[in-house]
Amino acid sequence: MTVDPVLATRFRERAEAANLLDVAMTTMDTPIGTLLLFATPRGLVRISFESEDRDEVLGDVAAHVSPRILEAPRRLDPARRELERYFEGALREFDLPIDWTLTGPFARRVLRRTARIPYGSVASYGDVASDIGTPRGARAVGNALGSNPIPVVVPCHRVVRTGGAIGGYGGGLPRKRWLLDLEGG
Amino acid sequence: MTTVHTTPLPPFQRVFDDHAASVLAFLSGAVGVSEAEDCFQETMLSALRAYPRLVDASNLRGWLFTIARRKAIDARQALARRPTPIADPDPGSSPDAHLEPDEELWDQVRRLPAKQRKAVVLRFAGDRSYPEIAEAMSTTQDSARQSVHEGLKKLRRDRA
Repeated sequence: MTVDPVLATRFRERAEAANLLDVAMTTMDTPIGTLLLFATPRGLVRISFESEDRDEVLGDVAAHVSPRILEAPRRLDPARRELERYFEGALREFDLPIDWTLTGPFARRVLRRTARIPYGSVASYGDVASDIGTPRGARAVGNALGSNPIPVVVPCHRVVRTGGAIGGYGGGLPRKRWLLDLEGG
Repeated sequence: MTTVHTTPLPPFQRVFDDHAASVLAFLSGAVGVSEAEDCFQETMLSALRAYPRLVDASNLRGWLFTIARRKAIDARQALARRPTPIADPDPGSSPDAHLEPDEELWDQVRRLPAKQRKAVVLRFAGDRSYPEIAEAMSTTQDSARQSVHEGLKKLRRDRA
């Protein structure tokens, strides 16, 4: 039992005009599965993989960003366009505003540093730890990367273990390997 | 800044998906099909505005219908204040010719007792099944059927 999509669209437009669309949400099919994208008026706030529990992700965004979440693809058009080109191998650097609401101060430092690792190269957990001034914090860095709310765009997949082991990944290792292959090949 | 919620609030999109159709059907009954859409948008926007401050998420449907009822009352008051358009003088036509037959019928529907009105509108404007009507009106299927029956009987009587 649903209403006419025209009514739903009009509601979404009026919500946005009234500054009530706190979080826009849409889905996107990619070679590594369907992504769920979320953006606030400030920027991209969350990307989740289909391996994550959808209700848990939505509940988390509702609790920590805002429950005013609506399916509204338009706000996510820029992110979708850049991601499409990235997955085709045609885009090496994302230029998207990020909303860091879901990240604590330490994780934010880790992720900002991670965002500067160039396309096609990798850094170790220890490298990132010393770069942000906590040389003994490799494990904490690993945890911060594991809770990266905006994977792919904030390239936590470019952080690996010293000695060539690939390390962990919130979206599962096959996805990490796929992304590294894309960038390496 | 953050409100502590007893039950976590689902994303508003889910509230919309779950209840939009029955809210719209209810409003069609309360204010007529032509006014229902505006009323529906006002209801949903008010709900969205208030949503983050909602403390008890255990009865979202009831909460939404409370807002809808309020909007319906506002809309009916606004309608009552609106000046009645004067029909173009058209000799030869009956005095009621400026009224579309449909509008006339809806006027009668609006004058039905509340329970019958809701049931009739859910059934014929909302195209709802009896189990759905019973659910929307928090009553039994028998009672929903009875209300539709009584409502139709009264409409027929009024038109005769």
